[in-house]
Amino acid sequence: MGVALTRSAQWSAAGYGTRTLEITPLNEAILKEIIVFVASFIYKHPQEAKYVFVEPLEWKTNLDPSAFESGYIVSETTVKSEEVDKDGQPLLSVSVPHIRVRSFGQLSRLLLTAKDMKLKEAQACIEANRDPVTKILGLDYNTMKEDTSVVNILDKITKDEDPESEIKMKLGMLLKQLDLHLLNHSLKHISLEIRLNPTIVKNDIELLKHFSGKGEQTVLESIDYTSDYEFSNGCRAPPWRQIHGEICYVLVKPHDVETLCITCSAEGVFLNGGKTDDEGEINYERKSEIYKDLVTFLKERSAKFSENMSKQDVRFSGEWKKKEALKEAPKKEEAAALQKALPASGKSVLEKNYINFGKSQMTKRLQPSLNWKATFDFKDKGASKDTQEEKHGRRLERSGPPVSPRRSQLVRKSAEKIEEIISESSSESEEDEEPPDHHQEANAGLPSEYWQIQKLVKYLKGGNQTATVIALCSMQDFNLAQETCQLAIRDVGGLEVLINLLDTDEVKCKIGSLKILKEISHNPQIRRNIVDLGGLPIMVNILDSPHKSLKCLAAETIANVAKFRRARRAVRRHGGITKLVALLDCAQNSGEPSQSSLYDARDVEVARCGALALWSCSKSYENKEAIRKAGGIPLLAGLLKTSHENMLIPVVGTLQECASEESYRTAIKAERIIENLVKNLNSENEQLQEHCAMAIYQCAEDKETRDLVRLHGGLKPLASLLNNTDNKERLAAVTGAIWKCSISKENVTKFREYKAIETLVGLLTDQPEEVLVNVVGALGECCQEYENRVLVRKCGGIQPLVNLLIGINQTLLVNVTKAVGACALEPESMMIIDRLDGVRLLWSLLKNPHPDVKASAAWALCPCIQNAKDAGEMVRSFVGGLELVVNLLRSDNKEVLASVCAAITNIAKDQENLAVITDHGVVPLLSKLANTNNDKLRRHLAEAISRCCMWGRNRAAFGEYKAVAPLVRYLKSNDTRVHQATAQALYQLSEDADNCITMHENGAVKLLLDMVGSPDQDLQEAAAGCIYNIRKLALATEKARYT
Amino acid sequence: MNRKKLQKLTDTLTKNCKHLFRGFDKDNDGYVNVSEWIYGLSVFLRGTLEEKMKYCFEVFDLNGDGFISKEEMFHMLKNSLLKQPSEEDPDEGIKDLVEITLKKMDHDHDGKLSFTDYEQAVREETLLLEAFGPCLPDPKSHMEFEAQVFKDPNEFNDI
Repeated sequence: MGVALTRSAQWSAAGYGTRTLEITPLNEAILKEIIVFVASFIYKHPQEAKYVFVEPLEWKTNLDPSAFESGYIVSETTVKSEEVDKDGQPLLSVSVPHIRVRSFGQLSRLLLTAKDMKLKEAQACIEANRDPVTKILGLDYNTMKEDTSVVNILDKITKDEDPESEIKMKLGMLLKQLDLHLLNHSLKHISLEIRLNPTIVKNDIELLKHFSGKGEQTVLESIDYTSDYEFSNGCRAPPWRQIHGEICYVLVKPHDVETLCITCSAEGVFLNGGKTDDEGEINYERKSEIYKDLVTFLKERSAKFSENMSKQDVRFSGEWKKKEALKEAPKKEEAAALQKALPASGKSVLEKNYINFGKSQMTKRLQPSLNWKATFDFKDKGASKDTQEEKHGRRLERSGPPVSPRRSQLVRKSAEKIEEIISESSSESEEDEEPPDHHQEANAGLPSEYWQIQKLVKYLKGGNQTATVIALCSMQDFNLAQETCQLAIRDVGGLEVLINLLDTDEVKCKIGSLKILKEISHNPQIRRNIVDLGGLPIMVNILDSPHKSLKCLAAETIANVAKFRRARRAVRRHGGITKLVALLDCAQNSGEPSQSSLYDARDVEVARCGALALWSCSKSYENKEAIRKAGGIPLLAGLLKTSHENMLIPVVGTLQECASEESYRTAIKAERIIENLVKNLNSENEQLQEHCAMAIYQCAEDKETRDLVRLHGGLKPLASLLNNTDNKERLAAVTGAIWKCSISKENVTKFREYKAIETLVGLLTDQPEEVLVNVVGALGECCQEYENRVLVRKCGGIQPLVNLLIGINQTLLVNVTKAVGACALEPESMMIIDRLDGVRLLWSLLKNPHPDVKASAAWALCPCIQNAKDAGEMVRSFVGGLELVVNLLRSDNKEVLASVCAAITNIAKDQENLAVITDHGVVPLLSKLANTNNDKLRRHLAEAISRCCMWGRNRAAFGEYKAVAPLVRYLKSNDTRVHQATAQALYQLSEDADNCITMHENGAVKLLLDMVGSPDQDLQEAAAGCIYNIRKLALATEKARYT
Repeated sequence: MNRKKLQKLTDTLTKNCKHLFRGFDKDNDGYVNVSEWIYGLSVFLRGTLEEKMKYCFEVFDLNGDGFISKEEMFHMLKNSLLKQPSEEDPDEGIKDLVEITLKKMDHDHDGKLSFTDYEQAVREETLLLEAFGPCLPDPKSHMEFEAQVFKDPNEFNDI
């Protein structure tokens, strides 16, 4: 089964609307051929039969597991082959009705097993696997197809020592043979029932066009449509001819005969009466036999065509793809990358291919499919494919290269677990993915707990409240933290019963049930099941109960369950947030009726549980809003004053989550929460410290808050916490707080006093990324001051910083580039950076796909170029570097543009480099940017323009590209720095007479006159110079007029 | 307070408590006198956990030998499971339940519950206070009772 499969779909286009193959004689014939090929494969090519597919072929089978005999491990619903790959995964596995096969050997055997169901199985397989070749050989097979010339393949085989790729290659060849065979075979069928349609005709013509032109090698001199207009159905024939089934008319000029005017109709291709010369009308009458397609027709008509065509035939299909590839240049690069990956030795080949496969899938996501065979029913198929790929791509992003779909599921699951456990703020998008329910593999290995729990659940269901309570208490004796028990409760239907119990009036039952739910809801799957069963609204209602212990338990359970978005939404929708906030209030007014000493629970405990639940809920944006609206902040602030650690952690946790919102930060300032946060930094509890630091990190976006932290003496504990590096989470939070605090200069001074900078430099190595991001961010801020730059250099901080430039984490890169840029301001540090090749690294970050990184790297380059010795020479030494920079001016990100302009300003200080960037077209690109309202961009753009004026006829060129008029308008900006840069630029531009005229016309003189009165000397000077130039020109013209 | 009203009150209070009388009638003379009545109510409405445990244990200890035996448990629990017609032995479930309870509460493994066993288990899990059937007023009727008798429950709340 190979390429032809997809092609077979093509030929039966009418029957290939959705995802099923219609039973047409042609399809049946193709399927039979495929079956013969596959069934005999194991005998004919025993070695290749063992090759393990890159991806398994998966489909729904109708076979009964019992049909499998020796060589398989058969159970009631599953089958596994005894043959396994090197990872121990079975090459064939069935879990009714899904089947996965990963080698030809297994496919052959499967067909033998299938007996009279062969046809159905083959069909199902092909329907489910639209592109089997890619699955079998991996995406890199496409590269092979691109240069199908045999020489190349042989070359590759001889070069390639690796046996696996050799087998792969052979397999590829075999599939190609089958493909060819199928093609020929089906041609016979096709010739019987010719039905052309616009797309086929169009493809044919496109292809032929590609091969036509002048010269002996081409098949035709020219081929053209008679009409350029294409109707929406793809036909070009006029409507009144379309009803005859005619699709379009083509003028073909073969090498050896006269121009032929050909009608392409649904019946086939024939010669018509030709174009009448006078009116350009076509004589539609048929003048020849009907041929099945254009190529056959032309072969018949033109000897040269058929001769050249047969030459081409060998690489016919290859060329077709090449044509496709030409359209998508990036595609080719990718292919090249894959090709590179291929010769890599040993086992890594496969893995590498996997990675590349994943990558290319991701990059391909939105591009049309390369698969030329797919162009046929491109529209509907392309769409579905894209979404498929998108899904796939996303999964990859989350879990890395898929070793096998099953493994990746596991990886994803564990990733999700981690994600849910760590308290990350509301990145709501990713959290919503539901983990797959993993079912009990088999009933065999059930632990004894399972049966005991099953019995207890039976009593829960069928007992009165006394029995229920006993069963509940007994259930608590199981290790409910253990997943087997949790899942056992669910699997025997215990969750439904427990949730039902919550809806009763029996307080004891509710308490017992909640106690269990609280424990088992630590399991992510159980959480989802609880939400699915509608447990949350009931628990939210319980929050109203007068029983404190009930409230506590309900709140605690909610805290556990609301770890994912859907649950949080459910809590909010049912008014849970308001009720939870009300719980916080308990601690203040203890006048609540305490029902009886039996159910006595401390009010503090209630508030604690409420805070705990709010903490979980506060990970969703809407919930933060809801908490604020319910008046949660003052209550949280009140609770913060207590000294119970247990209470403080959830309270600070909630605040820390919520502080990501601007409104909260304002409220936090207003409620004087910072003071207490700082106080708790000194606590003994690491978790509390962590959350306090985290909250400070969130809040310190704002200058006032940063000052508050300092005033309350929070910087010292932060600095001292840096020395304890064991708890990475806390370290990340502390470094984060330091980073944000160090945005204020006064704080930096304090930090220096506390020797925090030295410690920070020490943290540049061997730390997890979250810590590094913050450490580097903090250093970046500290290095804005000269003393600290020196300090960082002396502590040996430059080397690790430069080393970090190779990372991939975007946030980290943004911070590192900023820090390196800040260090580069100091000449001695710059020398070190230069020696470590840091500038080259920065430069290569300009290629980073993320605009923030690009911008940050470009900003960092500015001081580097400024302070490096032989900056010009250094810049030139980066091959393609200048072109890269100039091309970045095409970006649509304002920050990138501004930073690149700044970089260009620095680059252009060197005459030779200025010449090079002028050659790369910097002038029109800069001119195009001139119409902007962004003051930052304006300033740097004006600086760049003023620098670039220094070369050749760039001054005039700026005028020609209409950069002058917008520049004049910059003078109306409110930013004096913009004025200064603009005046400089205008001064430079005014050396050109035409520019002076433009300036004058745009009223520059009056604006410049105002600038002359500015206290800024540079501005004054530039403005005056510009006016001088304009005036000189005016005088000259006047003089010329009178003489 | 007229007679009828009091009757109604006690009804609400003792709806579920079949062993109420025996618990109240301390001197076993067949009557509940005033002091017994007051004492009983006190346990019911304001009793500490110890008092309640003591009271419940006395109620559960049907023959008053200081232990709750398996037989007693069986007797008390025999109606606690719905009879399922499919079950071969309807008592099987009850027996099993008794075993479960013993496993949970019988800390000295002597096959019967002493007060110490009971106390320990209840302290671990207050839900087990009424392990063998309700013998205290449930909170709802408790509240209703107080509401009717004292009109304003909060008034006496802070005792």
